[in-house]
Amino acid sequence: MLKNERLVPLLATLAVLILLYGIGMSQYRNFASTLVLGNLLTDNAFLITAAIGMTFVILSGGIDLSVGSMIAFIGVLFAILVRDAGWHPLGAAAAALLFGVLFGAAMGWLIDSFDIQPFIVTLAGMFLLRGLAFVMSLESIPIVHPAMDAFAGFRIPLPGRGGLSASALVMLGALVLGIILAHRTRFGTNVYAVGGDKVSAALLGVPIRRTTVGIYAVSGFYSSLAGVLYTLYTASGYPLAAVGVELDAIAAVVIGGTLLTGGIGYVIGTLFGGLIQGVIQTLIAFDGSLNSWWTKIAIGGLLFTFIVLQRLITRSFSSLRKG
Amino acid sequence: MKFLTLPGRRWLWPSIALVVILLTNLLLSPGFFSVRIVDDHLYGSLIDILHRGTPLAFVALGMAVVIATGGIDLSVGAIIAICGATMAVLLKGAGLSPALVLPIVLLVGLACGLWNGLLVAFLDIQPIVATLILMVAGRGIAQMITDGQIVTFHSDFFSLIGSGFFLGLPVRVLVVIGFAILLALLLRRTALGLFLESVGGNAAASRLAGIEARWIRLAAYAVSGICSALAGIVLTADIKGADANNAGLWLELDAILAVVIGGAALKGGRFALGLTLIGVLVIQSLTTSILVSGLPSQYTLVVKAIVVLAVLFLQSPRLQRLRSK
Repeated sequence: MLKNERLVPLLATLAVLILLYGIGMSQYRNFASTLVLGNLLTDNAFLITAAIGMTFVILSGGIDLSVGSMIAFIGVLFAILVRDAGWHPLGAAAAALLFGVLFGAAMGWLIDSFDIQPFIVTLAGMFLLRGLAFVMSLESIPIVHPAMDAFAGFRIPLPGRGGLSASALVMLGALVLGIILAHRTRFGTNVYAVGGDKVSAALLGVPIRRTTVGIYAVSGFYSSLAGVLYTLYTASGYPLAAVGVELDAIAAVVIGGTLLTGGIGYVIGTLFGGLIQGVIQTLIAFDGSLNSWWTKIAIGGLLFTFIVLQRLITRSFSSLRKG
Repeated sequence: MKFLTLPGRRWLWPSIALVVILLTNLLLSPGFFSVRIVDDHLYGSLIDILHRGTPLAFVALGMAVVIATGGIDLSVGAIIAICGATMAVLLKGAGLSPALVLPIVLLVGLACGLWNGLLVAFLDIQPIVATLILMVAGRGIAQMITDGQIVTFHSDFFSLIGSGFFLGLPVRVLVVIGFAILLALLLRRTALGLFLESVGGNAAASRLAGIEARWIRLAAYAVSGICSALAGIVLTADIKGADANNAGLWLELDAILAVVIGGAALKGGRFALGLTLIGVLVIQSLTTSILVSGLPSQYTLVVKAIVVLAVLFLQSPRLQRLRSK
C-alpha cells in the first residue's frame, strides 16, 4: 500500500506530461515530430540538470537558492578563462565543476556545523555568486573557440528531422548518474534517511555531517554543470543570466513528484517536471496568440495543484503511521 | 556610555552596525551628514536613505510579523507588482479617482495575503513553498493586468505620496512612520502581538492555551499582504508607472535580511518592529554608502552576502552555546 502511494505523485506527473503532449499533438501536426522533442530536450537541458541537483537537496528536506546565480557565475568564469586566460573550454569546464562542488560543499558544511537553515545560507550564496559575477564583468562576454562550435554542431540524428544535441546528451547522462547516485548507492539511501527523519537517521548511524556536505556538493556539481551547458548553449557569459532559475528548478522538482518535506520522490520525476515546463512553453509559443506570461501563471497553477496533492498524500501517510 | 543603558541588549548590535556604517561614510565623504534646505525641502544623503528605504520598510514590517509566527513570505515582490499593475491600470485605463483606487489596491494586497495565509494555515503547506506559488505566478498575473506594457499615469494625489514633501520631509517617510506606529499599537497594546509570538514559539502549546493558531497565522500573512500593497503604491507612485517585471524585484530578500539584522530568529517566536526598522536603515545605508563611496554598485551584492553571513554567525545557536560556556 505504502509503496503504491509513493508512486502516486510520479504517475500524476507522467499523466500530466502525456496529456499536455497529447493536446499539442492533436492541435499541431508538427508537435509529434522528433524536431520538437529534440529541441525540448536541448532547450531545457540546463534547467533539468540544475533541477536534478535540486532533487537531492529537496529529498533531504533542504533547499538551494544559489542555483541561478551559480549558472551566471560559471558562465562569466568560463568566458573569462577561455577568452582572457586562453584556456581550452574543456579545462574551463573542469575548473567550473570543481568550483561548483567546492562551493556547494562549503555551504553544506556551514548549514550542518552551525545549524543554520539551508534557506538562508544558500540565500547568502546566491548573493555572493551573483555579486562575484558582476565584479568579474558587467557585460556579456562572447566566447569564440573551435571546440565550442564542435559542441554546438554535434548531434545524433533521430528518425524524422530531429536530433539529440550534445547538451541533451550531457543532460541525459547526468540524469542516469543522478538516478544511480540516488537509488543505488549508500549516499543516496542516506539522503532519503536524512530527509525522512533526521533525528532517527542520526540515531541509526547515518553520518549527518558527511551526508549534508555531500548533498550540497552534489547540488553544486549539478548547478555548475547546468552553468556550463547554459554557457555552451548561449556561447557567452553574462552576469544577469538565469535570474530566477532556482525557482524553475524547485518547480520542476515539485511537479516531478518529490515531496517538499523530504524523504519521498524519484530523480526521474524531475525530468518529467522539467519537460512539463518545457511543453507548456512550447504550447504557448505554438499558439502564438497567448503571451509568455501565461507560462508563469500555468506553472504557478500546476505547482499549486501538485503541492495540494502532496498534502493529501502526506496526510494519509501520517494517518497510516498513527494506525 | 549612555548607549549601553538602553533597554535590552537586543538594541545594541543593530544600532552599532548602523552607527559604524554611517561613520564610515563620514570618513569617505565628509559632506555625508550635511542636510540642506532647497526649495523648502530637506536634501542630503541621510534624507535620501530615508526616502529610498520606504518601500523596504513597509515590506520588512510585514515580514517581521510573518517571521514572528515562524513563517516566511517570498511573494512580497510579486504582490508589489500585482498591486502596482492594478493601481496603474485603474488610474489610466478606468480613470477612477485616487480615493477609490487606494482602497481597491489595499484590498488586492489583502486578498494576496489571505491566499498565502490560507495555504499556510489551513492547508498546512510550508511557508517557503506556499508563498513560492504566488512568487512564481504573481508576476505573470501582474503582466496580464498591464497586458505586458509599462503603464504610466498621472495623478496629483499619488505624486504627493510617491515623491511629495510635507513640512520639508518626504511624505512617504511620514506615511511609513505613521503606519509603523499604528501597527505597533495594534500589536503591542492588544494581545495580538503576544499571540503571534506564542504561535511562532510553540504552535502546539499555544493551541492548548486556547489560541486559534490558524487564524493568527492567516492574519499575519494578511498584514504582510497589506504591507506589500503599501510598498507597491509608494514604488508605483514614485515612478508614475507600473513595471510588472521589475517592481519590487529582490525586495523579499532585503526584507528578510532587515528582519534578521533586527535580531529576530527565523524560527519565529519574537518580533520587534523598531529593530526591524533599524535593520532597514542598515541595509539602505549600506546600499547608499556603496554608491556614495564610488565603489562600483556591483559590489553591493557581495557586501550584502558578507553581512548576511556575519549576522548568521552571530545568531547561530552553536556559536551562542560556545559563547555562554
